[in-house]
Amino acid sequence: MPAIEIKGLTKEYRTGFWKSRTKLALNSLNLQVESGEVFGLLGPNGAGKTTTLKILFRLVFPTSGAARILGRELNDTAMHQRVGYLPEQPYFYDHLTPEELLNYTGRLFRLSKDGLRHRVNDLLARLQLAESRHVPLRRFSKGMLQRVGIAQALINDPEVVFLDEPMTGLDPIGRHEVRDLVLQLREERKTVFFSTHILSDAETLCDRIAILNKGQLEGCGELHDILSLGVSATEVILESPTEAVLNEVRPLVSSMVRTGDRVRLEIREEANTEQVLAKAFQGKAKVVSLNPVKMSLEDYFLSKVKTNPRDLNNRSS
Amino acid sequence: MGRVVTIALGAFRESVRERVLYNLIVFAFLMIGAAILMGSISVGVERIILVNLGLAAISVFGLLIAIFIGIGLVSKEIDRRTIYNILSKPVARAQFILGKYAGLLLTLFVNTAIMTAGFYIALAIQERGLETSDLNLLVAIYFIVLELVIVVGIAIFFSCLSSSILSAVFTLCLFVIGNFSSDIRAFGQGSGSPLLEKITAFLYYVLPHFGDFNVIDQVAHGVRIPGFLVAANTLYALLYVAVLLSGAILVFEEREF
Repeated sequence: MPAIEIKGLTKEYRTGFWKSRTKLALNSLNLQVESGEVFGLLGPNGAGKTTTLKILFRLVFPTSGAARILGRELNDTAMHQRVGYLPEQPYFYDHLTPEELLNYTGRLFRLSKDGLRHRVNDLLARLQLAESRHVPLRRFSKGMLQRVGIAQALINDPEVVFLDEPMTGLDPIGRHEVRDLVLQLREERKTVFFSTHILSDAETLCDRIAILNKGQLEGCGELHDILSLGVSATEVILESPTEAVLNEVRPLVSSMVRTGDRVRLEIREEANTEQVLAKAFQGKAKVVSLNPVKMSLEDYFLSKVKTNPRDLNNRSS
Repeated sequence: MGRVVTIALGAFRESVRERVLYNLIVFAFLMIGAAILMGSISVGVERIILVNLGLAAISVFGLLIAIFIGIGLVSKEIDRRTIYNILSKPVARAQFILGKYAGLLLTLFVNTAIMTAGFYIALAIQERGLETSDLNLLVAIYFIVLELVIVVGIAIFFSCLSSSILSAVFTLCLFVIGNFSSDIRAFGQGSGSPLLEKITAFLYYVLPHFGDFNVIDQVAHGVRIPGFLVAANTLYALLYVAVLLSGAILVFEEREF
């Protein structure tokens, strides 16, 4: 049974003074996340990532489509007992301390008194909040609030954890700690669904990703499969080539960089690679290496986001 | 039920840490103190002055607390987005509304109890002791509490519908109009217009009858409040609040954040 199933999820917001215009935030999204995987939902700002999460947590209602978490309907309160959620830029009751907030949250999950006490102490220690446990949240920095947010998302030891932009506001040390936390959650065989626009985090952490752009799913799959789809260029390194050879190959390459006595050539057109090699051999230049330049996640992301511009906004009804 | 209690206690704790609450309580005690002073310069009517002003202070300041805190119960949570953290937990929306309502009621009960204690201390100082007949004043205080039970329900209802400021305005307006609901009906009956009579009769039944809860003058003059009025007002308050909370829950179930 998949941990998360999303079928045909669509969300249209009514806007304008008379609510006569519609804005399509999500267009027939289909996604499935298996248990125990770390799934990244990527997309630029306004892609629909937060809307997707809000629908899953009943903060917003879908226009059409359906979703299930752990095989249960979204309005199943018992299912929400087994999931955790970190909203984007979380806001808390700022008169509470971290300890009070975690206790309050734990009681909403009906955790036992002893169990809750251990859980609170464990999370405060794990997220470096133990020293600030009695400090009101209004005095916390953005990064510390983010840690508190992660702590409250984990208070019930959830089977599925939803993190909306978990690295927001964190310094490099904090980001490293959150990355370690996500990896630890994977080791504990929890399902992690996180949305981000920071691609390096997705590359490091995710088993599978999906890319949303203006409410539309542009791509979905395992990371290494997606990245092996695209060989964006071929790299050839020549050692001590003559100027004559370089002049001959220059029209065939997209870039030429000299470092010491080596020259790195980047060839975009596959057909040009043979010609470049032929001219190098003719000019008696030494070919040190020949490698495909694989598409990075950023390249893939940009190719999906930039080549399919859509304007799903401001449709009049 | 456990989640409703958790949210209620959370709302109570938030109210206790709200500085405006302490300002209002201090002001209320100053009012009671002023009542003693005014009573001492009004020969023969010292008790009447103290009871009138003291009970009015409990009513007015209870009303202000109910509105100031009540309007923020839902709309402030939405504005500050703290509601995301609650509704994403296994909490039904109805539990959230009921918990918030119960929490503010608890705040008002505690506040009213403190001010009642202060009032009786002031009365004991002025009268040089208390008598059994002074317990009759508790009926007026009970009716003030019933009024606040309804006002908080109104505040929560409007808080689910609109912003904090508009909720305050609507709640206050409804409280004022509710004190004149009998007059509105009488106006319609005396107007000679059947249409106006029907409209005012409709308004009379829809608007809260706050006028029926105001027995301050009677108790100040030592008039005993009949038991049936206590029972009737209690039942009325419970029914009216049930309708308000049902409406608030219905509206809240459909809201998006």
